Amino acid sequence: MAPSLSDVMTPDAAALAAAAGGEGRAPLAAGSADHDLFTGLTRLGDTALILGHRVSEWCGHAPILEEDIALANMALDLIGQTQLWLGLAGEVEGRGRDADALAFRRDAWDFHNLLLVERPNGDFGMTLMRQFLFDAWHLPLLKALEGSTDARIAAIAQKAGKEVAYHLERSADLVIRLGDGTEESHRRMQGALDALWGYTGEMFLGDAVDQRLAEAGVMPAPESLRAVWDQTVDQVLAEATLTRPASTFAHKGGKQGRHSEHMGHLLTTMQWLQRAYPDAKW
Amino acid sequence: MVRPALEQVWSWLGEVPDPEIPVISLTDLGIIRDVAYEGETLVVTVTPTYSGCPATSVINLEIEKRLAEEGVTDLRLKRQLSPPWTTDWIAPAARNALKAYGIAPPIDGTAADGVLAGRIARLTGENAAVECPRCGSTQTEMVSRFGSTPCKAAYRCRDCLEPFDYFKCI
Repeated sequence: MAPSLSDVMTPDAAALAAAAGGEGRAPLAAGSADHDLFTGLTRLGDTALILGHRVSEWCGHAPILEEDIALANMALDLIGQTQLWLGLAGEVEGRGRDADALAFRRDAWDFHNLLLVERPNGDFGMTLMRQFLFDAWHLPLLKALEGSTDARIAAIAQKAGKEVAYHLERSADLVIRLGDGTEESHRRMQGALDALWGYTGEMFLGDAVDQRLAEAGVMPAPESLRAVWDQTVDQVLAEATLTRPASTFAHKGGKQGRHSEHMGHLLTTMQWLQRAYPDAKW
Repeated sequence: MVRPALEQVWSWLGEVPDPEIPVISLTDLGIIRDVAYEGETLVVTVTPTYSGCPATSVINLEIEKRLAEEGVTDLRLKRQLSPPWTTDWIAPAARNALKAYGIAPPIDGTAADGVLAGRIARLTGENAAVECPRCGSTQTEMVSRFGSTPCKAAYRCRDCLEPFDYFKCI
């Protein structure tokens, strides 16, 4: 039976999974290697998905045609990568959920994306700054995942890394151009940096799941990505004449399913069609 | 039961045009990684160009359609991610076809690598080696790393002033 609207009110992941076609298989036990792997994969896949959705909101609204096309292309890359990560997560779970089921039939508390990527787009500068702070983390993460002991993860990371290298080149260039641009563009970029800074720390905070995945050589420890991110961010901000905020405060919880108020609104838009017309196809 | 020779299958696939860039074929593009029989089933291994490329499902459909025309129905399409597709695999003859079609072919070894030093060197957006496919000038400049499809970047010629697509390297 496909989930109906009432499922939205049911904070029961197991029941939703069963309804999506996974009858007969027990949910993965918390703390098991497969559960850790599923969680790690949904953190990667959900982060790519939610940012991909956010970026796609610009389609038809960007300030110039070239940027509209670039944003749509990047959203497409991220959603393509989502299909790979969440597809593998569904396989690992073994309960009949594919990438679509995971994307469209979970509620906020089952999403494990970083809080940074669910931030609203704001103006073009805010969107670009968010992208740069993310890309500067995403690329070294994928480079590290290329060495995963899980060959499936290494293959996806290799594929995605080639695409993300272009994302970082673009977002870094534009942060520099706008930061070191006019008085107004500089003011907006510094404002965006200050507003988003508190959401960057979560990228480098590991929990017990991260620790076990790192010990098994499956995924890098989040803390290990800090040095290269700091280096990229410092160099680009210096060139952009922007000032790195001093605060080390970090909003956290997204990776564990505790989200900001924006997440529900985002899912309402993103999941509407599959909620209203379950199993609808083109 | 139809069980054509593998060379024959390769040659049929060489006649299937890429849905986005119809002047080159799927084999020219280098995305057909293997053709083999598993028992009676023909297995065609395909690698995606970009992970989110919308042409992927159309490509699979075109492969099925072309082989069905030859009576091959016991067919399985296998997706292979590793090694990831690279523009280095585009056949030499296909590069000329791209140019004649108005798309500057990829220049091997210029893929984005995310290395900051390289990025800063490219900040000017200039890449004199990319030739304008219309007038042949190398006085060209990058407008955007992202173009009309995931595999292309937007360029412009400073001599004839025409915008054009560059098949960017990955």
